[in-house]
Amino acid sequence: MKTIVCIKYVPDTSEAEVKVNPDGITVDSSRFSFDINDADNYAVEESVLIKEAKGGEITVVSIGPKKSDVMIRMAMAKGCDKAVRIEDDRIAGHDPLMVAKVLAGAAKGEEFDLVLTGCMASDDGHMSTGVALAEELGVNHASMVKKIEVLDGGKIKVSRELEGGLMEVVELELPAVITIQTGINEPRYAPIRGIREAQKKELKVVKLDDLGVDPASVGPDASQIILEALYIPEVESSAEFIAGDPNEKAEKLASILVKGGLI
Amino acid sequence: MDFELNESQVMIQHMVRDFAQKELAPIAADLDREERFPREIIDKMAKLDLFALPFSEEYGGTGDGYLAYVLAVEEISRACASTGITYAAHCSIGTGPIYLFGTEEQKKKWVVPCAKGEMLAAFGLTEPDAGSDAGGTKTTAVSDGKQWVINGSKCFITNATYAGVVIITAVTEPGQGTRGISSFIVPRDISGFSVSAPYKKLGLRASDTAEIILEDVRIPQDCLLGKRGDGFKQFMKVLDCGRISIGALSVGIAQACLDAALAYAKERKQFGQPISKFQAIQFKLADMAMAIELARLAVYQAAWLKDQGLPFTRESAIAKLFASETAVKSALEAIQIFGGYGYTNEYPVERYLRDAKLMEIGEGTSEIQRLVIARQLGC
Ligand SMILES: Cc1cc2nc3c(=O)[nH]c(=O)nc-3n(C[C@H](O)[C@H](O)[C@H](O)COP(=O)(O)OP(=O)(O)OC[C@H]3O[C@@H](n4cnc5c(N)ncnc54)[C@H](O)[C@@H]3O)c2cc1C
Repeated sequence: MKTIVCIKYVPDTSEAEVKVNPDGITVDSSRFSFDINDADNYAVEESVLIKEAKGGEITVVSIGPKKSDVMIRMAMAKGCDKAVRIEDDRIAGHDPLMVAKVLAGAAKGEEFDLVLTGCMASDDGHMSTGVALAEELGVNHASMVKKIEVLDGGKIKVSRELEGGLMEVVELELPAVITIQTGINEPRYAPIRGIREAQKKELKVVKLDDLGVDPASVGPDASQIILEALYIPEVESSAEFIAGDPNEKAEKLASILVKGGLI
Repeated sequence: MDFELNESQVMIQHMVRDFAQKELAPIAADLDREERFPREIIDKMAKLDLFALPFSEEYGGTGDGYLAYVLAVEEISRACASTGITYAAHCSIGTGPIYLFGTEEQKKKWVVPCAKGEMLAAFGLTEPDAGSDAGGTKTTAVSDGKQWVINGSKCFITNATYAGVVIITAVTEPGQGTRGISSFIVPRDISGFSVSAPYKKLGLRASDTAEIILEDVRIPQDCLLGKRGDGFKQFMKVLDCGRISIGALSVGIAQACLDAALAYAKERKQFGQPISKFQAIQFKLADMAMAIELARLAVYQAAWLKDQGLPFTRESAIAKLFASETAVKSALEAIQIFGGYGYTNEYPVERYLRDAKLMEIGEGTSEIQRLVIARQLGC
């Protein structure tokens, strides 16, 4: 099984205050620590579990800056074999369709049976990059996957997590893109020996041109989405004390709730 | 000058932080309360090759060096200082002496399983009558031509109950003072070797500290470590290394104090605002952050010097002294920031104080560190 696993370097917003830059469309990330997107961490683990069971090779693909090499090497320390990092500031990173096109460009350069992505990125939360990637590659997909079973004959059976605790089981023909839901496995910690080995594994850094992707086709002009603003909503809090005897209080409360359209 | 960790050091730091915060931090309070030695955590750490970090590949290590190891000690201790001292005592002062002074065979036999974490090691220097004055050892080792016969007792020995091997100092040439001391590799499963019930301690309660009693313990000639009479010189070197790891333990505890105090100060409201808005509280936090930063730099520098093969006796004493005093002060200030809640065991800061205090005592008290530094200055 040849697997590609797509991972994203995301900020940990729990540690520092989120501040919007003066341009109004980017966030000041200088105080954040970055790490692998949570769901992607599960995707990496799933790819390694599949390799351990069925053999094969895993390629990590990521779009990101030089400092994300630490995250990519960590995935290799856990068992992924090689990596491609795309670093190019001409990509309209806010648009999942553009991102999917770039990832597809990287995937097309590799042989693959399976592509795993996280089901959602914790920073922009589109939940659509993986699915768009399947479309770009012209292959099957399943999203929000909580279980993967590799079948004979180039097929897999996956369980998708639906609302209300329902699980949907579907069979897909490979190649396919699967978006992984957190909790599908228990991500391992990279052992120190793995960390050492990871230093020796191949990590290719490429530009769009190296992938044969036309920069104009994935840039801000190609995107249908214009990022207009990012802002932090004002926190509003006001309390109204209702006076009167219990009956009056109940009546006033009920009328407030009705007026507010809350009941 | 280069203040940047390399890529694998950053990865090691991230991995250990992740491991310690997820696996260890949530149980640290229970371990402390129950005085439970977390065997399962030690096994997990072994699987992650943490015990292999400071040793070279030919002896079962990963060859990452002391700085990488110090990063790991710091992160483990930030979550649970008890586990930090179990780890540090095993690597630095337990396995360290064999790695530094052992013959090829001794290293193959003992360092390899210790680096793999298959066996824990301990260092038996302190005795009831020889603490700061460790040269005043009363334990004796007498050669009968074939074997060494050891008699005496060692107190406050970390990992004593669980160690498979203990390095022991003993007098081999009576009347020759510090030049009459030698060190020995004592395998645990040997007749005449016994361990007392663990001490009831103020802190580090999930670490194991006990007394070792040696009654006519007979070990083969080849258990002598290095040259006869070199014991004193050897343990001075071992302590130089060990102090760096006590420094790292201290930085870990101090950082945990700052983490907890900062989070609490932002949440706790009095007089209609978070207490972090009061300058009196801000200054405490700022002072903590400053001291921790400096302690960390001192500890990393000492480890770096060791990795470069440069002298580090003075730097390791400075790092240990400054970091341990920073840990105790940070813990006290953290409790102050928590107010009455900090004085209860509902919050971790009282444990941090109890754990931090040992850092000013073990591997040479603060008074002894000042002596070491003064001596290095040429006094
Ligand atoms: C939890 C724990 C774990 C330990 N682990 C180990 C271990 O693994 N292996 C091991 O060998 N030991 C271990 N120790 C022992 C530790 O290293 C000693 O306790 C320490 O060195 C101090 O010795 P002491 O307790 O005999 O105090 P003492 O030497 O009696 O000191 C008492 C006081 O007198 C001061 N003092 C002594 N001499 C001087 C001087 N010349 N000038 C000024 N002041 C002086 C000291 O600073 C101290 O304040 C451990 C101790 C504890 C509590």
